[in-house]
Amino acid sequence: MKLRLLAAALAATVVLPFGAANAAELEVTHWWTSGGEAAAVAELAKAFDATGNKWVDGAIAGSGGTARPIMVSRITGGDPMGATQFNHGRQAEELVQSGLMRDLTDVATREHWKDIIKPSSLLDSCTIDGKIYCAPVNIHSWQWLWLSNAAFKTAGVEVPKNWDEFVAAAPALEKAGIVPLAVGGQPWQSAGAFDVLMVAIAGKDVFNKVFGDKDAEVAAGPDIAKVFKAADDARKMSKGSNVQDWNQATNLVITGKAGGQIMGDWAQGEFQLAGQKAGTDYTCLPGLGVNEIISTGGDAFYFPLLKDEEKSKAQEVLASTLINPTTQVAFNLKKGSLPVRGDVDLAAANDCMKKGLEILAKGNVIQGTDQLLSADSQKQKEDLFSEFFATPTMTPEDAQKRFAEIIASAD
Amino acid sequence: MTGHANAGRPNQLLRNLHSKIASIPMILTAVVIFLGGTLWTVFYSFTNSKLLPRLTFVGLDQYERLWSAPRWLISIQNLAIYGVFSLIFSLVIGFLLAALMDQKIRFENTFRTIFLYPFALSFIVTGLVWQWILNPEFGIQSVVRSLGWSTFTFDPLYNSDIVIYGILIAALWQGTGLVMCLMLAGLRGIDEDIWKAARVDGIPMWKTYVLIIIPMMRAVFITTLVIIASGIVRVYDLVVAQTSGGPGIASEVPAKYVYDYMFQAQNLGQGFAASTMMLITVAIIIVPWAYLEFGGRKRG
Repeated sequence: MKLRLLAAALAATVVLPFGAANAAELEVTHWWTSGGEAAAVAELAKAFDATGNKWVDGAIAGSGGTARPIMVSRITGGDPMGATQFNHGRQAEELVQSGLMRDLTDVATREHWKDIIKPSSLLDSCTIDGKIYCAPVNIHSWQWLWLSNAAFKTAGVEVPKNWDEFVAAAPALEKAGIVPLAVGGQPWQSAGAFDVLMVAIAGKDVFNKVFGDKDAEVAAGPDIAKVFKAADDARKMSKGSNVQDWNQATNLVITGKAGGQIMGDWAQGEFQLAGQKAGTDYTCLPGLGVNEIISTGGDAFYFPLLKDEEKSKAQEVLASTLINPTTQVAFNLKKGSLPVRGDVDLAAANDCMKKGLEILAKGNVIQGTDQLLSADSQKQKEDLFSEFFATPTMTPEDAQKRFAEIIASAD
Repeated sequence: MTGHANAGRPNQLLRNLHSKIASIPMILTAVVIFLGGTLWTVFYSFTNSKLLPRLTFVGLDQYERLWSAPRWLISIQNLAIYGVFSLIFSLVIGFLLAALMDQKIRFENTFRTIFLYPFALSFIVTGLVWQWILNPEFGIQSVVRSLGWSTFTFDPLYNSDIVIYGILIAALWQGTGLVMCLMLAGLRGIDEDIWKAARVDGIPMWKTYVLIIIPMMRAVFITTLVIIASGIVRVYDLVVAQTSGGPGIASEVPAKYVYDYMFQAQNLGQGFAASTMMLITVAIIIVPWAYLEFGGRKRG
């Protein structure tokens, strides 16, 4: 890391005196390291390099939980990168408030981001005190159930059309030696799966009351009790999926060793990379086939405030490159996510992405939990659900009580 | 000029002036970084600092939340189990190995290298190695099963009840070599005449060890204890490499709680409160004991 920075710095001193007026190197940090993600980020780099600048890739392995602390400490520690990924929402809130991030309002007004970016909640999440601080690049929704058609064929049951059918098919899968539901050991996976179950089973209003209004009474109420019942099913079905990373869990589904996985649409990039086709090799059920609603969280790029003028200019170029229609299409097709603008043509999109686009067009959307809850509350939730999914003796009632406490103290 | 005037009675402050000047940077480092950083941390643990430190005092709220968090309680429990067993086992195994090495065996150098070698590996490498060894599908379990015991089960890292012992095994493998070396150095420091005297008196060997040699090695034992104890309290990387705290939160440790809440949860106040608790734990154990040990001797 150090060495590469040093090399980059040395290279910069050599290049700068001869460099063209507005060409600069920008180090961009992100946590897109799985196969599908790396292919997608290469598209962004290509588009940025085409503007005459240079994308210096600063991928940090180990998913957001590992990468974000590194990014934050680099920004607060006075060694800012040119641009960095965050999930837009509240992860970078305090960095913006303490003036460490760059205001992009100029670029945004010049390029009419307000009119282009759909749904508008994406840009709202980038806006703090009326100023825009980030460039959203994609919409990622969590609410998907990915099913392996091959696994169900082996077990001799039909591919389910919704969550209930999936639960009913679980014993048959188990008999065939297939883990019904793949859940990786990383804490955010079990916490995320619970949020998905909540939207699917309790519906949009309850979701908004619990995470939006932080209503602890609803969180302790009968609707959420039903969700915990479903989470209990999920827990039983996930027994035996001894993997850590989300893409390893997706791989279990791809290879037919697991029946399905509740995971965001970023899993689609993995299916694509494995050469699988939506509909024939795998099936996707948005909203678990129960409630077709998707959340509109996603990734955005934030730009730390830099002293170097050329780099600052390059930041503007990068920001507009990210929103550019061509980049949007190229990137999102590889990533399996939805574009942030409604006016681009995604003819090449596969069945699953088309389903997502349809739901998006209908406006059946909710905000992501990253946008609604602080990192602190999210972490507490992760602790709870990783314990719940790994501890068969923990009753759903106890877990719900603790969940309500977290919501009561959430900010 | 005043220096000449006072030449008659040497100023205590000016004695060894060079060495005192030379140690100023270290003194400053110790005071500013260690002591200053510690005080700063304790101070800010009473605030509701989130991602960045800020001065809004909330009294003992962070501590109340800490001690009602199930994850923290599990962490403390794990640390206690890990601490007690790792202290006992690394001392016992380390001493036994050292005593065996001290029997004037052949190839002592070779054995010493073999036993000490794991210590050259970082906890991360150790953790990854043992993660593979203890993995039911690739490691010990699958080897034993392929030998014919098809129902043999040994998957400590995937069983919440015993996962901490899986970590303990790796820690012992890594750390006992060092304990052995320290003990061996202590044994070599014992005068040969004492052994001869014991032999003349007809005292059996084990009795000589227990009643004569070990009490004589008190200083070595104390140094070793301090080294092991400090290793126990800060155990973090081994857990991250082996289990990432899993399954669920069954193998969480306090140091990991501190890191996760400070950086992942962006809640500095909570992390500071947890690290202050760690400091207090260490202080409660180390301070009175160090006082008895080192303070006592000076006076005596």
